[in-house]
Amino acid sequence: MTTLSPERPAAQRTPALGASRQSHVVADSITMLSRNLLHMVRYPGLSMFTILGPVVILLLTVFVFGGTLGAGLPGVDPAGGREAYLAYVMPGILLITIAGSAGGTATTVSMDMTEGITARFRTMAISRASVLAGHVLGNTIQAMIAVALVLGVGLLIGFRPTATPIEWIAAVGMIALIAFAVTWIAVGMGMQSKSVETASNLPLILMLLPLLGSGFVPTDSLPAGLAWFAQYQPFTPFIEAIRGLLLGTPLGWNPVLAIGWAVVIAVAGYSWSMLIYERKSVR
Amino acid sequence: MTTPAIETHGLRKSYGDKTVLDGIDLSVGAGTVTALLGPNGAGKTTTVHILSTLVRPDGGTALVNGCDVVRDPGGVRAVIGLTGQFSAVDGLLTGEENLLLMARLRHLGAKRSKARVTELLEQFDLVEAARKPLATYSGGMRRRLDLAMTLVATPSVIFLDEPTTGLDPRSRHTMWDIVRSLVAEGTTVLLTTQQLEEADELADRIAVLDGGRIVADGTPDELKRLVPGGHLRLRFADAATLDGASRLLDESARDDAGLALTVPSDGGVGTLRAVLDRLDAAKLEVDDLSIHTPDLDDVFFALTGKKDQNGKKDQPDRVDMKGTEP
Ligand SMILES: Nc1ncnc2c1ncn2[C@@H]1O[C@H](COP(=O)(O)OP(=O)(O)OP(=O)(O)O)[C@@H](O)[C@H]1O
Ligand SMILES: [Mg+2]
Repeated sequence: MTTLSPERPAAQRTPALGASRQSHVVADSITMLSRNLLHMVRYPGLSMFTILGPVVILLLTVFVFGGTLGAGLPGVDPAGGREAYLAYVMPGILLITIAGSAGGTATTVSMDMTEGITARFRTMAISRASVLAGHVLGNTIQAMIAVALVLGVGLLIGFRPTATPIEWIAAVGMIALIAFAVTWIAVGMGMQSKSVETASNLPLILMLLPLLGSGFVPTDSLPAGLAWFAQYQPFTPFIEAIRGLLLGTPLGWNPVLAIGWAVVIAVAGYSWSMLIYERKSVR
Repeated sequence: MTTPAIETHGLRKSYGDKTVLDGIDLSVGAGTVTALLGPNGAGKTTTVHILSTLVRPDGGTALVNGCDVVRDPGGVRAVIGLTGQFSAVDGLLTGEENLLLMARLRHLGAKRSKARVTELLEQFDLVEAARKPLATYSGGMRRRLDLAMTLVATPSVIFLDEPTTGLDPRSRHTMWDIVRSLVAEGTTVLLTTQQLEEADELADRIAVLDGGRIVADGTPDELKRLVPGGHLRLRFADAATLDGASRLLDESARDDAGLALTVPSDGGVGTLRAVLDRLDAAKLEVDDLSIHTPDLDDVFFALTGKKDQNGKKDQPDRVDMKGTEP
């Protein structure tokens, strides 16, 4: 090591102050986003791993249980059970994918906390919104890529959506919105967790929600208590909205409910994360 | 008297019913180095965390460059840099990418970022490892990278929490050189350490922290003068001279085998002159003389080791040495 160069312009000693701090929020968010994307490119393993679960569940449900489950769906010809079930289960699988990538989000956020880099960001003049936005945008993109890959597997094994281009755009938008909302919750979970292990396990709860909704079987086939829960939990309108857009089933109020839920979840996750970002104690 | 870059009054912090900081008053002049010296759990890291806006104090005030850490954390953050006790780096990126990330977040602009990163990589001996993932870095390399990341934007106040813990002697000395050159450029440094030698080497002032209180505060020399243990050792040519000197200096302890006398001393020139004058007057010749000033280890034990068996602390009152200089 050589010693530091002694000459240093005096102006450089006074970093940006006051009003200019605000204008950096966007630039800093982009910096944080590119950091997250760089992680993804550098270590694609974690992202790959998140799609493994949904793909296994998809193959299992379709090829093992699909014939019987499909035949039990209302108005389905028992002979075409498997195909009908693939169509039925696909939206639920896509949501499981989003929930699964929330596990990756919580893990990376928690790693940042335990590695102390988040603490470093906090001592710098970076707005907390930028740090969090980097996580949320990066992981939403990651979730969308995972959804695309899982959807690709679905198409390979015979999933045939009936959506028009407009409906496709609407479906992609809906999925992005849901992924965005779920990612905010995952960021909160990652920051709240005391260890990386807890952080990676917490979002498993989210993966159960499509199962306890209309993802795998119609809600009215569930026992009364569960059916009530399934009907009012957010993942049912999420699934029904995507199902309606991709397969032309009746939409009803589901898109509105889905957007409403997504906004509520995003705002809740945002507020939670912003709150603990400053409060969270450091090592 | 320089204006303080860091100033705290009655800083308090508790976790649950455990009081971690019990009224810290600290003042660090701009462009000076102050060492916070204390044993494990003294509250050094907590103090640094409060000053770097990571932890909110329960009471008292803390100003960094005139900005209150609670009311204007943004103002504080704009001028500080922190290298924490545990490295705070992005383990999934390379060293160079970590530095570039910092440069971008400090808005240095593409060209200046690149130049600054290249410069820092050279200064911190990380050129070869620059493009390697952090997983391949040794502890010392991570530590150096951590400090380099702090220095990307040349902050005017720097907190270093145990900067040399875990470094080999060579890296430790380079770290010291870096701190010295930072100070030469006018940076204010607050560092924590458990090593007395380090505080002695680097600091203009030392604040000894124990049990959440500052138990002593002064220059390294002032601290050393505080504790007993300093003495003069006089050696004589023969037993007769030793006898004479021993009779003359009745507070001395004699060492017949070594033909030497040990005289308690505060390390000041006055005592030395008085002793030599008395020996001179009696025509007793001193063969060899050495002065033993207590080192900071003595200070450390004297100030922080006063614990009785019940674990209850016999808290020494704060020793303030302002004004002890003639
Ligand atoms: N988040 C926390 N929750 C509870 N107790 C804490 C917390 N942080 C610190 N403490 C306690 O506060 C005391 C002081 O801790 P601190 O880390 O400031 O000590 P330190 O002087 O830096 O010690 P070391 O030399 O070991 O780093 C310790 O007893 C520690 O257990
Ligand atoms: Mg510490």
